[in-house]
Parts: sequence; structure tokens; C-alpha cells
Amino acid sequence: MKGKSLIDVLHEIQEANPENYVPEDLALRVSETFKTSPSKVYGVLTFYTMFSAKPRGKHIVRVCRSLSCHLAEGEKIVRKLKEELGIDFGETTEDKEFTLEESSCLGMCSVAPSMMIDDVPFGNLKEEDIPLIIKKVREGAL
Amino acid sequence: MDKIKSIEELRKLREQAQAFLKTRQGEAKVKVYISMGTVGIAAGARDVLLAILDELQKRNFTDVQIIERGSMGLDVEEPVVAVERDGIRVYYGHVTPEMAREIVASHVINGQIVSDWVIAKE
Amino acid sequence: MKIYRIHALICAGAQCLAAGGNGFEDALKEELKKHDLTEEVNIVETGCMGSCQLGPLMVVYPEGVIYTKVKPDDAKEIVEEHFLKGRPVKRLLWKQEEKQFPTLNDVPFFAKQTKIVLRNCGIINPEDITEYIAQGGYEALAKAITEMTREDVIKVVKDSGLRGRGGAGFPTGLKWELAYKQNSDTKYIICNADEGDPGAYMDRSVLEGDPHSVLEGMAIAGYAVGAQKGYIYIRAEYPLAIKRLEIAIKQARASGLLGKNILGTNFSFDIELRMGAGAFVCGEETALINSIEGKRGEPRKKPPFPVEKGVFGKPTVINNVETLANIPVIIEKGASFFRKFGTEKSPGTKVFALAGKVNITGLVEVPLGTSLRTIVFDIGGGIPEGHTFKAAQTGGPSGGVIPAEHLDVPMDYENLPQLGTIMGSGGLIIMDETSCMVDVAKFFLKFTVDESCGKCTPCREGTRQMLNILEKITTGNGTMEDLDRLERLGNIIKLTSLCGLGQTAPNPVLSTLRYFRDEYIAHIKDKRCPSNVCSMKGEKNERKVLNRRLA
Repeated sequence: MKGKSLIDVLHEIQEANPENYVPEDLALRVSETFKTSPSKVYGVLTFYTMFSAKPRGKHIVRVCRSLSCHLAEGEKIVRKLKEELGIDFGETTEDKEFTLEESSCLGMCSVAPSMMIDDVPFGNLKEEDIPLIIKKVREGAL
Repeated sequence: MDKIKSIEELRKLREQAQAFLKTRQGEAKVKVYISMGTVGIAAGARDVLLAILDELQKRNFTDVQIIERGSMGLDVEEPVVAVERDGIRVYYGHVTPEMAREIVASHVINGQIVSDWVIAKE
Repeated sequence: MKIYRIHALICAGAQCLAAGGNGFEDALKEELKKHDLTEEVNIVETGCMGSCQLGPLMVVYPEGVIYTKVKPDDAKEIVEEHFLKGRPVKRLLWKQEEKQFPTLNDVPFFAKQTKIVLRNCGIINPEDITEYIAQGGYEALAKAITEMTREDVIKVVKDSGLRGRGGAGFPTGLKWELAYKQNSDTKYIICNADEGDPGAYMDRSVLEGDPHSVLEGMAIAGYAVGAQKGYIYIRAEYPLAIKRLEIAIKQARASGLLGKNILGTNFSFDIELRMGAGAFVCGEETALINSIEGKRGEPRKKPPFPVEKGVFGKPTVINNVETLANIPVIIEKGASFFRKFGTEKSPGTKVFALAGKVNITGLVEVPLGTSLRTIVFDIGGGIPEGHTFKAAQTGGPSGGVIPAEHLDVPMDYENLPQLGTIMGSGGLIIMDETSCMVDVAKFFLKFTVDESCGKCTPCREGTRQMLNILEKITTGNGTMEDLDRLERLGNIIKLTSLCGLGQTAPNPVLSTLRYFRDEYIAHIKDKRCPSNVCSMKGEKNERKVLNRRLA
């Protein structure tokens, strides 16, 4: 653990977990390793929006809600995503494939509206692109 | 990658690497133009181009840009190669791969125009 | 080294990738193979070239031909016509107002910029330290540690007049001097790469396109103030920038440009990455310090300032990405060179992320003091046809709007505050008559409410109350007294919040109230949204439907 902060370790645990979250038992072990209380670890875990203490889908869909995307009618993309996945923000699809989240800004204003699925950026989105992209991800062709 | 141990070593590495990037800066000592219009290609310009590249590589000369052009209006002389060095552009006609190697060796690298093959200057 | 006759530079910035750049590159490689050209054409993945909206972009040297919006299907034609026969593919060239621009240098968007920070972005391969060195990279660090004293370095930075590009504009040299004077064996340099302002992405582009310039700037800072260790705090939303930084740090260590006894001197400096996890407030420097230490990213009270007691309680210099990218140029070329650009009090250049309702969006680097009009109209190509400029938003959720009557304002650290906005980190969002200013204010306030860490009451509760009032107004239930309440509440929040986030949170509301009060009044008195954005109740809805039918 040398040279690593609590946040780095939580990132690693989450990344290694197929359900994209930090399970309680591991969080407790982390608190022991860092010689801190479980409540401190829980505090960090819940402070940062990219961490989750609950199981999430295999893929995290992060849709950008910044002003540029807002001006480019990003709301339509948000609606389409919710419709296509059948879930709201913070929810996971039944097949455990996708969790939908919002980001304050992905920094891709020139290709607004935009989103990221895991580490892959998508820009200049149109409503009709959404089903195709989701299908591709499901098929593992990202 | 080896460690750079002094400012001198850093500067030496810089000089070597700079030559490689010449192509991206528009500033090179020599520019070589090759006519790659339909007629040029039909007359064998592609082989001439490859010979030029190969010869430059062999002689490790990097301060050069190779620029393809459409027909330069000298169709009967194709393949045409022009070398621009020291502010003068010299055109060579009916260039073969062997001639191209000679042009690289004497004109491009050493500034000696191969006058026998020159068809125009500007 | 191998000689290639053609260098094809493909932009591999996040936005070009988002627009489908990967597919094009694969197709191009395939075509090159087919035509046996792989030995003649060097494909280079570069960082952001700036004009992201026209991406994916490719620039082909030696001519400097620029291709826009390239698709996999275009690869065949480019290879057969351009790479084989020297005939650039005209239909893919940069087009503007019916005119075609064959090379990069002809395009006004590029020709009118001054590149210091972005000097290498889009020109070099960011994953190859040799290309950075070829461009003069690490020369400034070498000069600093072998030819200059620590005091010399601080003096040059002070003389240059460089001000922090993260938003506040604090003089960088002064910050370094304060840290230098601290009596401590251990000091730290932190690069703040937690670029969270909605609409800002210049720091990401620098990190993706020229990561070594930031590493070099940090090492120089370390030498000047007496630090041996640096951290780059970067937001986790930037995976590509993280990857390129990791590669850059590894290469710099392998080359002996980071680590022990750099270039054979007794100066040692190393850098580590620290990732954020999605909290905007961590861009605030004391919250950032907490986050680096692995804690909740809540701000601390100042003083003590980070230069006295920063990360792990040690003196710490926190500089932003763009600030640090300026340092090598200042050290190598001197303070007077840097002062050739910009104004007396705001020297140098600034990178803006031009976005919104403007013809060409992307990264724009101009001397400070350049007028907003020049940026929007000369470089950005103006507003899309049929629409008119209404306002520009600067400084993200901490800033305000600049209305049309102030289009000639010089963009610098003195003039923007006079208009009630701030420079911020460089986000510049252009709005036309279809944008509702009340909606924009509400948008930013909603952002602050979401991102407020909750530690101090004015920010946690005050912004929420302001948002409630805006909700009322934008649904047709507002009263004129609400406007006074907004202003009163806003001023209290500004005065009493703990950190910069709360102290600036009311700005978007106060600024739009200052210039577009009539729009607020229309929402309240006429119960209508003049730009047809807010869905008001009652008669307004019918009017909206009617308007749409008529249109």
C-alpha cells in the first residue's frame, strides 16, 4: 500500500470488482490497513460520486449534463438513454449490464452532446445513435 | 531508453531527433519534388520515388522534404524530379531509379548539380 | 532514424476519438498496407489540434494539408490520390463560407492564434519523449538546474508576470517565492488537473497532447522552491489523459529527467499521479489537499495557506496545468519574451475552450487582452447563420455572462471582473437568442447545489434556496420580490461561504440579473419565457405550441 492513498485503493478495488463497487467486507479491510475507522472509509466512499457502495452494472454509462450539452439538446439523449435502458439515473438494468449515471462535465463540449461508456468517449450524439451504441456494447464490440 | 546524464547529452539527442521532425516544420535544407501525375506514374515515377527514399535512408540524410506534385507541365520529360537547394530549383527529366540515386548523392546531399540531366532551372 | 516522406498526424484527443477517430486510423493503416506505403508514411497519433468540432482531424506533412471530419471510407481516396499521386482530396479540406483552405496555415482559426501553451499539441506524438525533446523539451529544466540559481528561476517567473491560469490569477512567481521562503526539509509541488468547470477542457487537451511540458514545469517549480516530490491530481473522468501522463512519467524517469540526480546534478525530483473520484469541489486547493491525503474532499479554512501548510502539513505549491505548461517557455526564452504577449498586468496567452452556439468550436489560444469579438467572430467564425450573438458565459459556475454590448471587452484579469464575471479556467460558452438566461443561471446553480460539499451552511443551504426561487420563476410562479431575495441571498453567500466554490456560486445569477433582468421580469410578469426554453404553466404553453405550429 506504500505511496497509495485511500482513494487510490478504493479505485483499484472498484475496478477489479465485476459489479463495479466496493463491497462492505473489503471496505472494512481497507479501514484496518489504513488504521482508520470504518466510518472514515464510508465517508470517503460516499463523498465521491464515482465510488459506489452498492453493486452496479458491468458497464457504467456516464452522460454529460454540462451547459454545452444542455444547449445542444442533451436532454433528448438523456431521455433516449433512459428509454433504451429502461432505467433512471443511479439504476442498473435487470441483466446487470448497464448502470446509468450523470457527469457534471466530460469536457467534450465541441462534440456535444456527449457521453462515456466505461473509458470510451462518444460525441455528436443523435437520438438514433443510442440503440446502436448500446447494442454494440452488449455484443462486446466496443 | 538510456539515462541522459548531462545537458550535453540532452542537446545531442535533441539534434538527432530534430532532423526526424523536419518534415513537420516546413523548414528543410533541401526539398525534392516528384511529379506524380498519371503520366509521371506511368513513366515510372513510383520507382524513382522509392529509390530516392532508399538512398536518403542509406546515407542517413534527414534534412529534406519530399513533396509529391501533380504534373509539372513537362510531360514529355517524365518522370520529372526537381531539387530545391540554396534557393535554386533544378528540374531533371527522364529520371531512372539509378539516376535518382546519383541525384541524391551529389545534388541533394552535397549541392553538386548533375548538369547533364538538367532540363530547367528557376 | 527512419526517413518517412509523409507524416500523417491524426488527432487522438478525446473529442476526435468520440467523433469516431479510431475507425479512420484503422482504415488508413489498412489502405497503406494494401498500397505498400507503410515504409513511406509515418502515422502519428497526436493530442488535440484544437478544432474539435470538425474532427476527426488529420494533418498531412510536408505540405500541412488539413483534412476535417474524416471517415473510414475516406481512407482509400486519401491514400490513392494524395499519398500516391500528391493530389490532396479537395472535398475533405477545411471549408468556411464557401472557401476552401488547403493547409493549416491558411485557416483563420489557426492563423489568428498565438500558441505558447499549446505549442506542441497536435504536432508531436505525446507518447514519445524523443519528439518532445526534439521540440526543445527539457532544455528549460536543464538550463534551470545547471545554469541558474533557485533565486534566478523565481525572479524570471516573477518578472514574466505569469498569473495562475486556474481562475484566480494569483502571480505564480510570488507563490513560488512564498514557498521558497518556508523553512522545511520537505515541500511539495501539486499540479491541479481537476478540471471540473462545465465547458472547460483545455487542461485535458494539454495533458493529452503535451504531457511532458507539464512534467517539466513541475520539475522546474520543484527546483525553485526546494521540493523533491510532486503530485498531479487529475480527475478520473479523463482516462486518456491519465494514460498519457503515466507513459510520460515512465519515459521521463527512464531518461533520467525525473528521479534522482537529474542530468547529473544533485537535484532530485519525482512525480506521482493521484486520481480524483468525481467531486467538483476538489478543484479548490484545500479540498484537493484533503483528497490527495485520501480524505473526503472538503475545503479547509485559510489561513494557513497551502504554501505554509499544505499536503501532509508541508509547504505546498499548487499550480494549474496551463500555468505549468507556460513555465518551460518562460525559463528558456526569458521574461521579456513572455511579456511580448498579452497586456501589462496580464502578460502571456490564455487558452479558451470555445463552445456553444458558434460556428467553429474548439481550443483557442490568444494573447490575454484579445477582445471577445475577435475570439468569437474572427477565430470562431461567428454565430451560425440566422442567429445572433446574445451573450458569452465565462468562468463556468463561478463566473457570469458578457452581453453583446460588451463584445469589445479585452479578455484579461482586470476587465472581466469589472463586467461582473471572471476569467476562470477558460471555458467560453457562446449563446444566441434561443438561450434563456434564467435557464442558464438555473443550470449553473443546480450544478453548485449538486457539487456543494455541505460543510458550510451558506453554500449548502443558501444555494438551495436560490435554486428554489429560480424554479419558481421558471415555472411561472415567481414574484418581483423574488428578484430582491435572489440578490440579497446571493450577496450573503458570497461573503460568508468557506471556500471559493460558495463564494462564487451566486455569480451566474447575479450576473444574468444585471444584464438580463428583463428576461426575469418576463418570466414573472408575463409568465412567458422569451426564448421559449422554460416550460411555463398556463397560457404560455398554449402559446408555445402555437409558435411551433406557426414555425
